[in-house]
Amino acid sequence: MNALPQEIWQSVRLTLELAALTTVLLILIGTPLAWWLARSKAWWKEIIGALLSLPLVLPPTVLGFYLLLLLGPSGPGGALSSLWGVRTLAFSFTGLVIGSVLYSLPFMVQPVRNAFEAIGPRPMEVAATLRTTPLQAFWRVALPMAAPGLLSGAILSFTHTLGEFGVVLMIGGNIPGQTKVLSIAIYDYVETAQWQAAHSLAAGMVIFAFLIILALRLVERRISQGVGS
Amino acid sequence: MSANPTLAVKCREVLGTFALDVDAEFPANGVTAVFGPSGSGKTTLLRSIAGLHRPHGGFCALAGEIWQDERSFVPPHLRRIGYVFQEASLFPHLNVRKNLLFGTPRSDTTTARRLDEVLQILELQHLIERSPHNLSGGERQRVAIGRALLSDPKLLLMDEPLSALDDGAKQDILPFIERLCQTLAIPVLYVSHNMAEIERIADTLALMERGKIIAQGPLAQLQANPDLPLFDSAAAAISFDAALSHYDAAYGLAQFTVSGGSFVVPAQQPPALPQQRLKVLARDVSLSLSEPVGSSILNVLPARIDTAKPCGLHHITVSLRLGARGEGAVLLARITRRSWDVLALQAGVHVYAQVKSVAFERG
Repeated sequence: MNALPQEIWQSVRLTLELAALTTVLLILIGTPLAWWLARSKAWWKEIIGALLSLPLVLPPTVLGFYLLLLLGPSGPGGALSSLWGVRTLAFSFTGLVIGSVLYSLPFMVQPVRNAFEAIGPRPMEVAATLRTTPLQAFWRVALPMAAPGLLSGAILSFTHTLGEFGVVLMIGGNIPGQTKVLSIAIYDYVETAQWQAAHSLAAGMVIFAFLIILALRLVERRISQGVGS
Repeated sequence: MSANPTLAVKCREVLGTFALDVDAEFPANGVTAVFGPSGSGKTTLLRSIAGLHRPHGGFCALAGEIWQDERSFVPPHLRRIGYVFQEASLFPHLNVRKNLLFGTPRSDTTTARRLDEVLQILELQHLIERSPHNLSGGERQRVAIGRALLSDPKLLLMDEPLSALDDGAKQDILPFIERLCQTLAIPVLYVSHNMAEIERIADTLALMERGKIIAQGPLAQLQANPDLPLFDSAAAAISFDAALSHYDAAYGLAQFTVSGGSFVVPAQQPPALPQQRLKVLARDVSLSLSEPVGSSILNVLPARIDTAKPCGLHHITVSLRLGARGEGAVLLARITRRSWDVLALQAGVHVYAQVKSVAFERG
């Protein structure tokens, strides 16, 4: 592995950083969204639900294209970032994070929403009759009961972000140390006929993805045995 | 406002094809049972009292403390109620101890003492560290009852707590509920479509039908009312709260006094409590014009016929008042129409009621 150039390790670190930060943000944003989608009686909630699921079916380049417009110097993202003296959010790590969060949102929201819906209204009612405020009940009942869904959501978001390509290419480009993530690096190596380096990275990602999915299955099984039906 | 504290409820609401229309005051002591067929609105009524359901224009107040009126609505977590659902609904991620203590404030010595009390009454000590999915249905429901009690409620609402259990578990848990109902200092509202359950625990009965309360009053009074469906049912019966007057250890017989008469009931042991609830089914009572002699039947009570009502084509349900002058408690007898005609029975006639069996309901 020493043969791998410094550049590759930089990409690995960048990719892991991006995936970790994206996952944390998705837990913070996705959980309340999923709760609202699971509980709200608003007729228009499915419209929001459909919008949030769009990244599942859209070509990543389409998402990337609109993000480029939004984050670029003449879009609202650029206007916002100019407040602290940055011309554009595109082609930056921040831009990548924003893109990744949007791109992986359905992978977080869907399992968590399913988990919240599976709990049903009863446990929250029981909590209410036991003098628990709705917020306390959310922390003490809904979240722990939905833990398996949260975990799968987090792991899926993490792995999904690792494998992201189209969106990154559109809004991030290929800046080493800033936006050059693993998937881009592999593409780069193939383009420049560095088969050996491409091989190492590709194989590494296959093994890593496999281990993650395996871990996910094992943890899910543990939880479902521990918590019961 | 009446002198005695009450639970006042008003809800008027149309839910699809079903209209709930209740305006009732329940006594804020003892056990009030709400009886009615499935779909008569019992659960909706209970949920409205708990605040889990918000009927439009409803009203709800316990002993003067208003929980809902036109202007205000107290959310369920601010109402001092305990609610036992049909299914135990324990929190699956918490063990029995944590489930029990879920609704109690910080742990202190009072909490510890009350936990011990509840564990003892409901016999849960050995289950305390178990996870809910390692409990039987009856055990789960006992934990759910304990959990509701430990939240220190001023009113206990029970929504068919036995209906999701099989017969064995039902028989296991009924004595716990009876004991609780007798010892609790707070009022209990108990919803059920099972009259046998209600006859064991209720002091007051409210009958519900198609969203309305059609009658309400002391249990025995409603059982004896010929205008109500209980009177016509195959299991028509009268429940007595009787006082133990004598125990004959040699024969294993306990004698209980009721208004206008007394019952002798087989009992292996002297009854633990001086007050017992007895139940006499109408179909276990036969009538005779003269005092029967040479009979093995233990209970023969003089009574006077009060009213009678046909039950089906061939039977008559007779309402009697115990006592030689017919001044005592009501007893029901279900006899054939033929006997009624042959004996020329009618209101005012003095008879002897032969009671084939008297059931202990509590003890």
